Amino acid sequence: MDLSLSPEQQEIRQLVRDFAEREVKPRAAAIDHTDEFPRDLIAKAAQLGLLGMLVPEAYGGAGLDHVAFAIFVEEVARYSASTAGILDVHGSVGTEPIVLFGDDEQKRRWLPDLANGKTIAAFALTEPEAGSDAAHLKTTAARLDGGYVLNGSKIFITNAGEAKRYLVMATMNPASGADGITAFVVGGDNPGLRVGPKFKKMGLNGSAIAEVHLENCTVDEPDRLGEEGQGFKIAMRALDSGRIGISAQAVGLAQGALDDAVAYAKERKQFGKPIAELQTIQNKIADMTVKVRAARWMTWKAAALCDAGQPFTKDASMAKLFATDAAMDITLDALQVFGGYGYLEDYPMARRVRDAKACQIYEGTNQVQRAVIARELMPA
Amino acid sequence: MDFRLNDEQEQIREMVHDLCLERVEPRAPEIDESGEFPWDIKELFARHDILAIPFTPEYGGVSGSALTLIIAVEEISKFCVTSSLILSVQSLGSLPIWLAGSDAQKRRYLPPLARGEQLAAYALTEPGSGSDAGGMRTRAIKHGDTYVINGSKTFITGGSVADTLVVFARTDQDGDTPARNISAFIVEKTMPGFKVGKLEKKLGIRGSPTAQLFFEDLAVPAANRLGNEGEGFKLAMRVLDHSRPGIAAQALGIAEGAFDLARRYARDRRQFGKPIAEFQGIQFMLADMATQIEAARALTYAAGDALDRHLSEISVSSSMAKLFASDTAMRVTTDAVQILGGYGYLRDFPAERMMRDAKITQIYEGTNEIQRFVIAREVLTEKA
Repeated sequence: MDLSLSPEQQEIRQLVRDFAEREVKPRAAAIDHTDEFPRDLIAKAAQLGLLGMLVPEAYGGAGLDHVAFAIFVEEVARYSASTAGILDVHGSVGTEPIVLFGDDEQKRRWLPDLANGKTIAAFALTEPEAGSDAAHLKTTAARLDGGYVLNGSKIFITNAGEAKRYLVMATMNPASGADGITAFVVGGDNPGLRVGPKFKKMGLNGSAIAEVHLENCTVDEPDRLGEEGQGFKIAMRALDSGRIGISAQAVGLAQGALDDAVAYAKERKQFGKPIAELQTIQNKIADMTVKVRAARWMTWKAAALCDAGQPFTKDASMAKLFATDAAMDITLDALQVFGGYGYLEDYPMARRVRDAKACQIYEGTNQVQRAVIARELMPA
Repeated sequence: MDFRLNDEQEQIREMVHDLCLERVEPRAPEIDESGEFPWDIKELFARHDILAIPFTPEYGGVSGSALTLIIAVEEISKFCVTSSLILSVQSLGSLPIWLAGSDAQKRRYLPPLARGEQLAAYALTEPGSGSDAGGMRTRAIKHGDTYVINGSKTFITGGSVADTLVVFARTDQDGDTPARNISAFIVEKTMPGFKVGKLEKKLGIRGSPTAQLFFEDLAVPAANRLGNEGEGFKLAMRVLDHSRPGIAAQALGIAEGAFDLARRYARDRRQFGKPIAEFQGIQFMLADMATQIEAARALTYAAGDALDRHLSEISVSSSMAKLFASDTAMRVTTDAVQILGGYGYLRDFPAERMMRDAKITQIYEGTNEIQRFVIAREVLTEKA
């Protein structure tokens, strides 16, 4: 066992930490207030090579591992969980399936622009009536001469409207459930793809989440990712590693909240001394610290297993469940340390509470994580 | 970053697991019921070099790695926490010698402990000084080449069965200087003036003797002082940095044992025509238990890794592991009793014993309130 970060991982952490402090921190409040997609930050991240972290160097990426990716997402999420979410969805569920399941031609066609940030990616699995129960999605794919035609609606699609590559799951045979699902890469400029209005949300403001409608949307045969019927497997594999990213996002949210709470507790005086000297505040800080540390180890463990080619489904679900529940608890506790000021939108504490809630819901609700974990613990 | 155990650790885990499954698990209910120290288990552990795990080969041991010790304690605790304490206390009682002893002291005292011929204990706590160890009243007064110790200790795990004890006592003359002027001494049970008082009756860990100790004009050679005079308090705190991950390992093992029991039971027990494991209410409880255990394991192994790599932050990582793992053990064992329902409440099943045993891990080697204090102090004073 050696739980130290490699020199490369330490370098990435320093690089992203500098970027996050210099660029993301000063923009975070405005991104939340205006709810505008932070194109400027995404472009700056792209300049640093941060959009192709999991893309092999041969296709223009950085060829880094999932521990490095988790560090990257965490460091950005300390200041802006929505920006971290945009980058995470792009780099993880949006891009990684092409790395894992694409043929060489597809990789050469799509990956370089995804890695350099000219193209932003989105992942379109969820439908109005197929959320946790993704195997029963209704979007259809019918074979055409030399390609397919897709029809249906997707909902809750992160990066919708900003993305130029949509990984779309559709069924070729609704009667056969998961076995009928096939994955396609659809261009954002495809005339059959229409993005609905951006949802107004509780949090994660700035990230574009919307419906995506496929209306007689035709794609060519080479736009199919993997084999026919392999789509559910592709989606599940994408979500397994996507959960590492969400865990990292939650860890970043929690760490950012803890850091602010610590700084405030040392500064804020009541009863003639800093509230940091009150044991009730100390206890909160201690419990927050332990939870965020445990969440980070679990995230890194799932990432390290993934990098080592070991099974990591259970570990990723446990990390997602634990880290996002921890983020919810910790952001609420941190707000409480700030008292009335924490309730004001002038401070980042309220924003973090709103953002943390999403982490318990997306990429599989925490109830779905428990079901995944129980299945792994008690295989039929 | 590599979370895998090395070959030595995997081998020790397997050996300890198999041995405990065969020999310790069947004894666990009797040990609990009788409340007697399990000398047979101590002999078994000595014979299989399990008691040698805390020691390096130089002093007759087989490892010396903190993480390897954690693995062994965790495995034993899955089956019988009382038995795991034989190993934990062997480590705890010898740590002051290992950390502060001279080579001569180590050569004299460590090999018999590594061989399991002798048992160790650690005597810090007093009736009036628990969490506030600096307030102890046991006094050692120097007369020429000897110190004469007077006072008493309480809550001393293994105190009645130990051959070699490390005793902390004040060496100041006016008696009102807290924390400073505490020194540590190696005491042998055969020294005149060493007396064992009553053994406590406890909620759990019943086969592990918790003793009161009395020192009446106990003369200890100055050569048995560990380190310099006045360095005892610092040493006691360093020992705790090393020993708290061991309590975390115990707690982790208890939680895993309880979880395995609950999972087995849930798959066997049928109600409403199917195993209760098929009900989502039970599935989600088990998923939460397993997730908490994984989190506890991550913190515990990370603390072991930090000790083995001599990282500067061991104090806080040890406290975090101890706090989280022991709270997890309490929650998981309580849930295990719940999953077993009425049967869980019966002495016929080990769930209720595990729950009683779990409680102590939140209390000893620094209550969890003290752990929170240690962690908060670290977080609130760094990066000022």
